[in-house]
This record gives sequence, C-alpha cells and structure tokens, in this order.
Amino acid sequence: MGDYLLAWRNIWRNSRRSILTILAIVFASGLLVFMLSFQFGAYEDMIDSSVRLSTGHVQVQAEGYQKRPEMHKVIENPSPLLEGIAGLEGVYAVTSRSETFALAAGAERSRGVMVSGVRAGVERRISSLPGQIREGRYLQDGDSDVAVIGALGAERLKIGVGDECTLIGQGRDGSVAATVVIIVGIFRTGIDEFDRSAIQIPFSDFDSVFSMEGSAHRLVIITENLADDRPVAAAVRMMPGVEGLVVLTWDELTPGLRQSIELDLIGGVIMYAILVIVVAFSILNTFFMAIFERTREFGVLMAIGTKPLRLVKIMLLESLAMTCVGLAAGMVLGVAATLFFSYYGISMGDSSELMAQYGLADRLYPRLSVMSILIGPAIISVVTFITALVPALKIVSMRPVAALRG
Amino acid sequence: MISGTGAKGMDLSIAWRNLWRNPRRTLIILTAVVIGISSMVVLSALSRGMVDGMVDNAISNLVGHIRIQDPEYRVDPSIIRRISQPEQLISDVSRMLPSGTRIARRIKVDGMLSTSREHVGVVIVGINPEDEPGVSFIGRPVHSGRMISPGESNGLVMGQALLERIGAEVGRKVVLASQNSEWENVSRSFRIRGTYRAELAQTEKMYVFVSLPVLQEMLEVGNGVTEITVNLERGRSGDGDDMTGLVSELNAKIRGSGYVAEDWRQMLPSISAYLEMFNGYMLIWFVVVFIAMGFGIVNTMLMAVYERMREFGLQRAIGMRSSRIVRMVMAEILLLLLFGSLVANGCALFFINIVLASGIDLSVFTESTKMWGMSRIIMPSLSAWDLYAANGVVLVLGLLVGLYPALRAGRFTPVETMRHL
Repeated sequence: MGDYLLAWRNIWRNSRRSILTILAIVFASGLLVFMLSFQFGAYEDMIDSSVRLSTGHVQVQAEGYQKRPEMHKVIENPSPLLEGIAGLEGVYAVTSRSETFALAAGAERSRGVMVSGVRAGVERRISSLPGQIREGRYLQDGDSDVAVIGALGAERLKIGVGDECTLIGQGRDGSVAATVVIIVGIFRTGIDEFDRSAIQIPFSDFDSVFSMEGSAHRLVIITENLADDRPVAAAVRMMPGVEGLVVLTWDELTPGLRQSIELDLIGGVIMYAILVIVVAFSILNTFFMAIFERTREFGVLMAIGTKPLRLVKIMLLESLAMTCVGLAAGMVLGVAATLFFSYYGISMGDSSELMAQYGLADRLYPRLSVMSILIGPAIISVVTFITALVPALKIVSMRPVAALRG
Repeated sequence: MISGTGAKGMDLSIAWRNLWRNPRRTLIILTAVVIGISSMVVLSALSRGMVDGMVDNAISNLVGHIRIQDPEYRVDPSIIRRISQPEQLISDVSRMLPSGTRIARRIKVDGMLSTSREHVGVVIVGINPEDEPGVSFIGRPVHSGRMISPGESNGLVMGQALLERIGAEVGRKVVLASQNSEWENVSRSFRIRGTYRAELAQTEKMYVFVSLPVLQEMLEVGNGVTEITVNLERGRSGDGDDMTGLVSELNAKIRGSGYVAEDWRQMLPSISAYLEMFNGYMLIWFVVVFIAMGFGIVNTMLMAVYERMREFGLQRAIGMRSSRIVRMVMAEILLLLLFGSLVANGCALFFINIVLASGIDLSVFTESTKMWGMSRIIMPSLSAWDLYAANGVVLVLGLLVGLYPALRAGRFTPVETMRHL
C-alpha cells in the first residue's frame, strides 16, 4: 500500500510535467474513442443502407444466380421456405423478390430498366425505398398494374406520376411478356445508377406478366442485428427444401462493400498507430526525467537496503497511475463527444454528393460500442507501459555509490 | 558593442549548443517530431496519389478534360441533343487549343443489347478508335480479342464483366437497339470483336463501343455527334490544372452555336467537391499529429528551462533582459523544429521515392477499388501544398506552444532562482 501512495505522491512532485503528460494521453485516447466510434458508425450505416436498399443481410438464390442472373434460375414454390425462415431466431423479416431486364416505354421514349416484383407490405417494413418516395406514393398491398420508378429513369422517359408506362420483356418460359402500368410514385435514393434504372411492380403482377408460376429469384432476409447474419445463414442452410439453392450473406452479395471497409480500416489503423507512436515519444522524456532527477534519491534508498526491483515497481506504478488517469479522462471526453455528435450528426459538407452514390447520408452519426470505447485506450495503455518500462529498467543497473554521487 | 546580427548569430549558436546539453532528451523529442512530420508527408502523398488516381480514372471514364455538347444533353442524354455539324465547331476551336491537345468525337446513347436469350441495358458509344488513345480508357489495349478498326461496319467491343454477365464470348453476334431522332426504334447486329477492362466495375457493364460512322448511320444522324471531348496534354490532372480560363474562352468563341464547353470539374461535381475538401481533411490530420507531439515539445522544453533556472537567474542578475532570454529559448525551439523537419523531410522523400517507388498494390482489394474507381496501384504523389502545410503547421504551432516555456524562462527572477538550491 505504501508503494502506491509513494507513486501517487511522486506524480505530484512536479505537477506541471505530470499534467502535460496526462493531457497527451487524454488527447490520444479521447480522439481514438471518437474516431473509432465514427468509423464503426459509418461502416454500419453503409452496410445498413446497402442491405436495406438492395441485398438484405442474407439471401437465398438459385445456384449460379449471383454470378449470372438469368430469368430461368428460380426458387420454385418459395412459400414453405418463407414461412420456415420467418420462424427462425434472429430473423426480423423475410420477403421474396423477382427481377428481370425489360424495355420501358413512355409516350415516345423507351429505355432498358430493371423491373423488380416486390411484396409491398413487407418492403414497407424492411426497405428504405418507401421512405425515399419524392412524389406520389409507394406500392401498397392489393395494388395491381402500378409501378414506382426512379427519378432519373422517369426524367429520361419523360413520364410522371399518373402516366402510363409500357414494360416489354421476356417471360420465364421465353415468351414475350408485356404489360402497361400506371406510375404511382417516384423515388430518389441518391444512388444514380439505381435511380436511373430501377422500377418496382407488385410481386403478383410480376408473377403473371413474366410467367413465373409462383417462383421467385431471391428470398431476402433482414436480421434483427447485423451480427445475426452468419448464424441465420447457417440455420437457413440446414432447412429442408434448400437443396440446390445457395445462401449468401451481405458481404458475399456485395464484396466491394466489405473490402472498402477493410481498406478504410487499414488506413485508419496506420494513422492511429502513427499517432500513438508520436504520443509515446512525446511522453518518453517525462518518464526518463522522472528517473534521472531522482538518481540521488534512488542511491539513498538503495543504500539503506531498498531492492532495485521495488524501485522499478514504484516507477511503473507512477506511470501506470498517470496512464490510468489520462485514459479515464480521455474515455469520458471521447464518449461525451461521441454522444454529442451521435445526436447532432456530423455534416459531410460538399462530399455528401459523392457519399450518396454509395448510400451514405449527408450526416454521419458516430456510434458508441464496447469495441470503439476499449480498443484505443487498450492500445495506448500497452504502448505507454512499454514506454515507461524502458527508463524504469535503468534503475536495475544503477549502483548505489555512483547514484549517490549523482 | 555587439552588432544586432552578430548577437543573433551568437544566440543561435548558443541555442544550438544548449539543445545538445542533454542529447538523449533532445533525440527523443526529435524522434517524435521526425516521425510526426515524415508520416504527415508520406501519408498525404499516398492519399493524394489515391485521389489523383480516382480523378484520372473518372476523367478517362469518357469524361475528358473539356467537353463540348448541347447544354440539354447532361439532363437528357438522347440523340436529339446532338451537335449536327461537329467539323465546323472543331475547326473553330482547335486553333485556340494548345499543341498536343487531343480531340475525340463520340455519340453516347442509351440502348439495349440482346443475345438470343439475354437482354441488358447499355450505353452505346460510337467512337473513332484512332482518336481515343490518351483520351479515355478505351484507347488502352483491349483485354481480349481486338479493338474495332476505324469504320468497321459490324464490330463491337464490350466490357469483360458484361461479356461474362451475358455468357457470351468474342466472335459471337449480338443485337443493339436504340431510338433514332424521330423516336423510332432502330436495331442492328454486331459481332463482339474484343473486351476491355476498366477501373470501375459499373463501366464494364455499362459501355459498349462501336464505330462512330456505323452508329451515325444506324441512328440516321448524318455527321452528328453528341459530344466533342478535348484532352489537354498535361502532366497530371490534379488541382494544379485550372481550365476555367480556357473554358470561358472556348465558350465565348462558340457562343453563337448554341453549344457549351465544360471542364471536368463541372462534369464531375461530386468528385470535384471532394477534392475541395481534401486539403481540409489533410490539415485536420496535420494538426492532430502536431497536438500529439506538441505536449512532448512543451514538456521537454519546460524541463530544459527548469534545469537551467539558476543559469537564467544569473544572467538576469548580470543585467540580461528577460526578452533576450525568451528569444534564446525560442531560438532553441526553432532550431529543434527546423532540424526535426529537415530530417523528417529527408526521411519522407526517401520513403516516397525509394520504398514506395513502385507504388502500393491494392490488387487484394480489387472489388473495393472497382467500387470506388480507384487505381489498383497507388502511386504516392507529393504536392508542394502538402509539404508546405505539414511543415508549416509544425513550425507555426510549435513556436506558438513554445512560447509557454520561453515566457516561463523569462519570468525567473534572480531571487527566485537563488531560493532553489
């Protein structure tokens, strides 16, 4: 106990120096907590928007559909599967979708579009699209012969809400499929490619127009939490009726997204590593000084029989105490800043248009998690411990007589 | 009497010697400064290299440095928004353009590509293949097969990803359909002659290339094109290139024609906005790293000052002004920072030019680079702005925080220092 008290008092022998050292640790740990929360928050937003808009967390497809989506690669009679999946633990919602390429024609103009058949009721719960309707309304259960279309596509076709649009494509059996739909809503997601080419019609319409005979192209599953993706995928694979089908998670459906996150994380890790190293060298001098200005004192203590290792211990306690105070204050500040910005958001300014192409909102919200709070401080504590160890070990090689002379 | 400059010279040499009175301490804080500054320079060169690559890729993605087109074409990219007499326009503007400029004419329209069992939406691009090298990615060697030859009547080149998507191979026939200027559907069959690779995955699935005269014939537009792309011969297309002047000259020249010229910053507003913010991001990072080393600089200098308390007291006692003492401590900090930044820039240049000379290969992250249109190999690109900003931040802020220990040293009074010991 005496050692602890001694270490604590030693810190305040030179309070100015100790406070500056602690502040350096406060700064680094606070910044890391905030930055990691910010990064993890942005990743989660990116995944969430991609999952909500298109892929879902987990998908069931026919073999080979992911690489080459062809009309005839279908899931026959998906109803029992849908019911089974809906009952699984961790599943928030599940729906079926079908899609194909078709020619959309307005009064004069025509262009190619991706037509999706969707179940409006479920989509309203899981998809972000109903919230991105800019004009008119989203599809509803019981709708027929209607469609919602992306803003850019509508602009190119020169059609608006209430106008007719002809869809011509090929049915599952190879026959010509054609229908006329009334546009009831126009959406804008900010992702140009999607806004240009996507058009959604009710699932039942798609089924009859494109002769799907009750089949679907994808079963899209939204899980309760992001972390449930793999367990749910594994559970679905074990279900009867999945033979011949493949179960994919969001990162297999959009490998570019996962890699982007990894790449960004690596960049972040390099930057944080540099920051922590610079801080370590910044405070190394304090630890050296704390020992050298006390050489004589150590000499006296050793001369009266104190073991050098006990002195090393006291020195390490001293730096450990400073680190702990710094980390605690840094974490409090980091968490406070994170909470503040997770409420108000951080505006991305002019970059937001670029971010929108990848499904990021114009305001980013950092998100606190156990990981984001602990990773940074943990690394800093390890590094400062090593930083303190190097000078402290010098005590072991001190000789009392020489030390006494100073 | 010692002259002013002489005194300053002496102060500097004294400061330099003072700095090395405790070599270990100085070396430790120098290490922090050197790691800080060199990492700022190296990381900014890498980030800039990455952004430059993105900009270059975006420009070569059929955007070009400057483009002349119908003002309505950007919101309504259809064949009715065309330039009917491009020859006249080109001969008008080409005299104003610097030598080495490359001009390409293209038609770009929405269309549909069909095989016997697949239909996909594409953008059909009519090009003169001989005009494209150095202007867009399609001027680079093809991935497989061969490039279409000028005027080839039924040749087509598509992205490798599209070829795989429709399950076709080089040599197979496909049908392209679009609408002519009377909104009548027109179609024509082509044979796949080759495939290309592009930085953006979307590009490979979107653009198919055919010969310009053939597309003009198919769409019945005579000599009409939808765009004239002008690529200037420049080292890089980074922010050093300001084309605003040239663009407004061009616009003045072609005002009567009803067409407009735009530079890539106007055509790629989101990338150009990101570029505007990039310097800001860098500056924030520089300041963050500085703060990390700033605590160390202040602490180290404080120690150095307190150690020499008696010395300062003595100097004051023999009549030295406190402002001179402040100046001498500031000179020490200045030398520390200057020496640190010298070594740091040396390290950074070594790192950039030797270690990273062949760039950083991101092939492992192909899916990601294809999503963002980044180059697979990042070449560091050191800009003068980054170099000045990194060193400037450290020098200016370093001297600023150095005022604290320096002013403290100036406030020691002879009596106070005598009490210590």
